[in-house]
Amino acid sequence: MNAHDVVITGIGLVSSLGEGPENHWRKLTTPGVKPVLEAERFAPYTVHPLPEIDWNLQIAKRGDQRQMETWQRLGTYAAGLALDDAGMKTNEALCATMDMVVAAGGGERDVAVDSDILAASEQRSDRDVLLNEKLTTELRPTLFLAQLSNLLAGNISIVHKVTGSSRTFMGEEGAGVSAIETAAARIRSGQSTHMLAGGAFQTEHADMLLGYELGGYLHRGDWKPVWQRQGAEGGGVVTGSGGAFLVLESREHAEKRGSRIYATLGPVLSGRSRRARGELKAGIEALLDEARLPNGELLAISGASGSHKATAAEKAVFDAVPGIAARGFSTLTGHMKEAQFPFAVALAALAVHHNAALPPFEASERAFAGATQTVLATAIGYHHFEGMALVSAP
Amino acid sequence: MTKFTDHLGRPVVAVTGIGLVTSLGKGKAENWAALTAGQSGIHPITRFPVDHLNTRISGMVDFLPSSSKGASALTYELAETAAHEAVAEAGIGLEDFGGPLFLASPPMELDWHDRFALYNSGKETPAPERLLEVARGLNSLDMFETSQFGSIADRLADRFGTTGLPITLSTACASGATAIQLGVEAIRRGEAKRALSIGADGSATAEALIRFSLLSALSTSNDVPEKASKPFSKDRDGFVLAEGSAALVLESLEAALARGATVLGILRGCGEKADDFHRTRSKPDGSPAIAAVRAALADAGLSEDEIDYINAHGTSTPENDKMEHMSLSTVFGERISRIPISSNKSMIGHTLSAAGAIEAAFSLMTMREGIIPPTINYDNPDPAIALDVVPNVKRQAKVGTVLSNSFGFGGQNTCLVMAREPG
Repeated sequence: MNAHDVVITGIGLVSSLGEGPENHWRKLTTPGVKPVLEAERFAPYTVHPLPEIDWNLQIAKRGDQRQMETWQRLGTYAAGLALDDAGMKTNEALCATMDMVVAAGGGERDVAVDSDILAASEQRSDRDVLLNEKLTTELRPTLFLAQLSNLLAGNISIVHKVTGSSRTFMGEEGAGVSAIETAAARIRSGQSTHMLAGGAFQTEHADMLLGYELGGYLHRGDWKPVWQRQGAEGGGVVTGSGGAFLVLESREHAEKRGSRIYATLGPVLSGRSRRARGELKAGIEALLDEARLPNGELLAISGASGSHKATAAEKAVFDAVPGIAARGFSTLTGHMKEAQFPFAVALAALAVHHNAALPPFEASERAFAGATQTVLATAIGYHHFEGMALVSAP
Repeated sequence: MTKFTDHLGRPVVAVTGIGLVTSLGKGKAENWAALTAGQSGIHPITRFPVDHLNTRISGMVDFLPSSSKGASALTYELAETAAHEAVAEAGIGLEDFGGPLFLASPPMELDWHDRFALYNSGKETPAPERLLEVARGLNSLDMFETSQFGSIADRLADRFGTTGLPITLSTACASGATAIQLGVEAIRRGEAKRALSIGADGSATAEALIRFSLLSALSTSNDVPEKASKPFSKDRDGFVLAEGSAALVLESLEAALARGATVLGILRGCGEKADDFHRTRSKPDGSPAIAAVRAALADAGLSEDEIDYINAHGTSTPENDKMEHMSLSTVFGERISRIPISSNKSMIGHTLSAAGAIEAAFSLMTMREGIIPPTINYDNPDPAIALDVVPNVKRQAKVGTVLSNSFGFGGQNTCLVMAREPG
């Protein structure tokens, strides 16, 4: 116990399963719970769509809502849930001194404008002139900011008044890992007392799918659980819309204001295996070593994406450690890219908080009868970057 | 005896390598010569046609092999070129840097030329489906890599042998300063002995230009390009979109001296404060910018009286320059009219994600060379902004400390305080 321990005091979650930590916990602990799937709109790809959301609950002004595309709105909403959960929302003094790290993507383009330009390109050889002609007249001026990476954080400042500092990390799952890692490091060093960290991903947009499919990463055909996609058509990733934000505090800060502590955030580890050289499996093993896992049975909340190589490597590592029982939550939520690691840490914190394990999400996940004093969270990037964290009882 | 810890007991952070590319040229020497001669790098756009565009000038970097190969390729080359110069100057192995990487770079999007190529290799189905169909048949990851936000840092990490998971970040126009701040913090926390901080931006595409144009942010003074960027002038009419990069090798002073490295300057303090007012406009009372400057001074352990020179954000937009003056006046009081303050952007334009890093590099050189680069195009001073902008001609001066400001769209403000000598 140390005054500068990092504790988790607020959790904001949104996924196809619904919103809020308790709602997620209830669904995820219901044996045999079925994923929410949308197989038609983006066929041959299946996605886990957003649940119905009343944006007004976290973003009071319609004007603010209009200034954001869905991804920013989703992130701002999930951030609001986390602040609410921590009892900090509308506490101006706390928000004004709160530091923030957001893991962001971006790039929700105007599909109608793009489609129009592409259609016209079939008849035109002067495509650069065509671009100028169309973009100058058809682009909505506010769209640029409404889809820009650092403006998720910008909107969180505007809507929730979080203004201590604002940083945006980019880079797929790795951005989420670095966001949590940096936030924790700032608190441990005494540089910050309370932080908001997390991310969001909105997959229901053709460009968001294209970001995976340019590398052939998306699973096609019938939906399968995340560990069962090897050898199936496509690249193994089924995406989902969602967001996860955490309020992290120093133990001292949390105790002083009497806040509920879900769990303590232990070591946060990150890595960049040179995968082209076949180093991923060894890289994951090295992170596990560094994490210094407790002896005995251990529940692992895995952010495995389904991406064939990465998920096979993670599975092989877990299968070789007898005490580990992994739960691949993407089976139920889909892969949420930048939000994947914050989501994994949030679920680990809930398992610690409830002192209960999550049941297997599919037949290949083994039963777990051990304690959840300490739970592992992972995010092995579908293409690059890896991270892990240990979450323990307060 | 040299003191290796600062006023808060943290390791002092030294700069031991600097690399630079802007529209003025490649490398520190070329850039410094042009900058102190008051030369402008702003020129007519030739990379793409300018039909239908209100702004037809920029500070693009047009002389690199990747200049015509899209934002991802050019941003990588800019970053690689600057980092190469910085790491070589620091005297560290070029393939074994041995510290973390912090990269400020623009958000990545699939290039329009690739979008056209995908679309026109398929047929019949509507655009969104067609792009996906063609994409899944590609036999190369080249296009994929250009669309991933983490790819440039991933490649740089391979190239220079940086350690761990590289961080790619964006705080809009403050990004370059944030990359430096992250490096400083990693060293202060004892996580690393050295860090490589890079700001690079090669994203001046037609679409980027149009987006800023639609926000009425850009100068339309097309006729005499080198006169377009005119910070603090009465007739300033927007910023000039530009490209460039800078890299700093940051090291704990103790580690730098232990290996006999030349110390080029000290990163004394970093401060930040977010604005909650509006997506593109700053709070009318300037309180976030004021708080960011004060936080940087406090972090550096310096008082307002101890800043010798200010490297302004100075974008040449009506809003920024007015607010920057107002904020600085609040912090520095009536002394602000006597502190020299200049805007590098008058010559190189606004390099967006790279700006904070480039201006930190120039700030360090200003102290080392004892020469303050001018604010050029200061022919028509704004009477509401009473500042010593080092008008039009460089000035020799002994500069021991610099404040460098970066204020971003989206309300992200970061200020750096640098010093010539330790403690």
